[in-house]
Amino acid sequence: MRRPFIAALLALAASFAHAGEVQVAVAANFAGPLARIGEGFTAATGHMLKISAGATGKFYTQIISGAPFEVLIAADDETPKRLAAEGHAVAGTNFTYAIGKLVLWSARPGFVDHQGAVLASDKVKHVAIANPKVAPYGAAAMEVIKARGLSDAVTPKLVTAESIAQAHQFVASGNAELGFVALSQVAVPGKPTPGSYWAVPANLYGEIRQDAVLLKAGADNPAAKALLDYLKSEAAKKLIREFGYGL
Amino acid sequence: MLSPAEWSAVRLTAELAGLTTVLLLLVGTPMAWWLARTSSPAKPVWAALVAMPLVLPPTVIGFYLLLLMGPQGPVGQLTQSLGLGRLPFTFAGLVVASVIYSLPFVVQPLQQAFEAVPERTLEAAATLRASPWDRFFSVAVPLARPGFVTASVLGFAHTVGEFGVVLMIGGNIPDKTRVLSVAIYDHVEATEFAQAHRLAAGMVVFALVVLVTLYVSNRPRREERPA
Repeated sequence: MRRPFIAALLALAASFAHAGEVQVAVAANFAGPLARIGEGFTAATGHMLKISAGATGKFYTQIISGAPFEVLIAADDETPKRLAAEGHAVAGTNFTYAIGKLVLWSARPGFVDHQGAVLASDKVKHVAIANPKVAPYGAAAMEVIKARGLSDAVTPKLVTAESIAQAHQFVASGNAELGFVALSQVAVPGKPTPGSYWAVPANLYGEIRQDAVLLKAGADNPAAKALLDYLKSEAAKKLIREFGYGL
Repeated sequence: MLSPAEWSAVRLTAELAGLTTVLLLLVGTPMAWWLARTSSPAKPVWAALVAMPLVLPPTVIGFYLLLLMGPQGPVGQLTQSLGLGRLPFTFAGLVVASVIYSLPFVVQPLQQAFEAVPERTLEAAATLRASPWDRFFSVAVPLARPGFVTASVLGFAHTVGEFGVVLMIGGNIPDKTRVLSVAIYDHVEATEFAQAHRLAAGMVVFALVVLVTLYVSNRPRREERPA
């Protein structure tokens, strides 16, 4: 009685998948760029994106627990590699689509100086970061704080957001005076940059190589492969650079 | 068995729930008494306002608290002008949020208990020249005792179980705002399942013990029933 019903459901799900839809898990820092890239992708291929944004480490937990994501666009290169090694992603499909840039940002214009000295200021009560355990940008922020010799001074002021998107929101709402976010979140092409920021020099944190990978759930979905191909296209690369990523 | 950081989360959660419960009993008792005794046409509106946190998603409460208590929000500007700083990312902020979030769990059982106090009993006390305060504390409160037990237990337990609002306004700060529910979420998201299990299993046992205790203590005892 139950089997035919489940089979019908599976057939239905499969037919949806073949109708040209990709279930994408994207690191929060790349959610804005992906929305723009998605417009070009849909126009070029007819496939639709279903986007979930969050911290890369959280997606790892969800994917190994059977989340139906077909493509992971991560904020690091470790997570895609690990998923491939553990059999949750298709080996050999991971590639670097962007090099992430970390910024120290305030919603107040003129508050952040060009050397980031404000990080040590008494005027700062809260510094928002993404959870270093699950968000590569959060881990990079911790490296910067350490490299600056401010671990003791800044650690009591740290406000840990569950993803870089929440860190951005804590700063945007003014509840945290400062926050470490991705350049792509504040330097949106065609929009004035809100507040002030310090582009953290790349030598203060390990390179944020951001990789994408085809997940097992998307192995047979042509639309998922098409998305990864599109990410490598010149049109996508141009947009990715405009958002401030290295490539 | 638990790490110092985890014990800190346990202690913080107990402090938050305890303080919230005490504040809610202080604030909720007069509210419940008024709701139980009033014949004001505004009563349904007030009752609805009290019940709102039961219906609203925690994200709605968290979102508005973040704006209200933020630097541009009216509450934020008030606390700043009083020299108290801002409430998001602080223990005090979590207390304020928990009081709002757990309000119906305290007010509603108290209101039901007060409604069950017979008007005649209070009138009898009045004819014996008991003042309104005396009638309330010597007659109504003792008769409503099971309501106070239920209100305290539910207020405490519901605050322990709070998650969404804390996630939105807490900032996950150790010793200040990282309560148990957030600590568990953190462990799960970082695939630290062993640590997550320890805390989560503890919560399951806690919830069961609390509720069984509540139902046992509130089992009707005939001889205590007012005539």
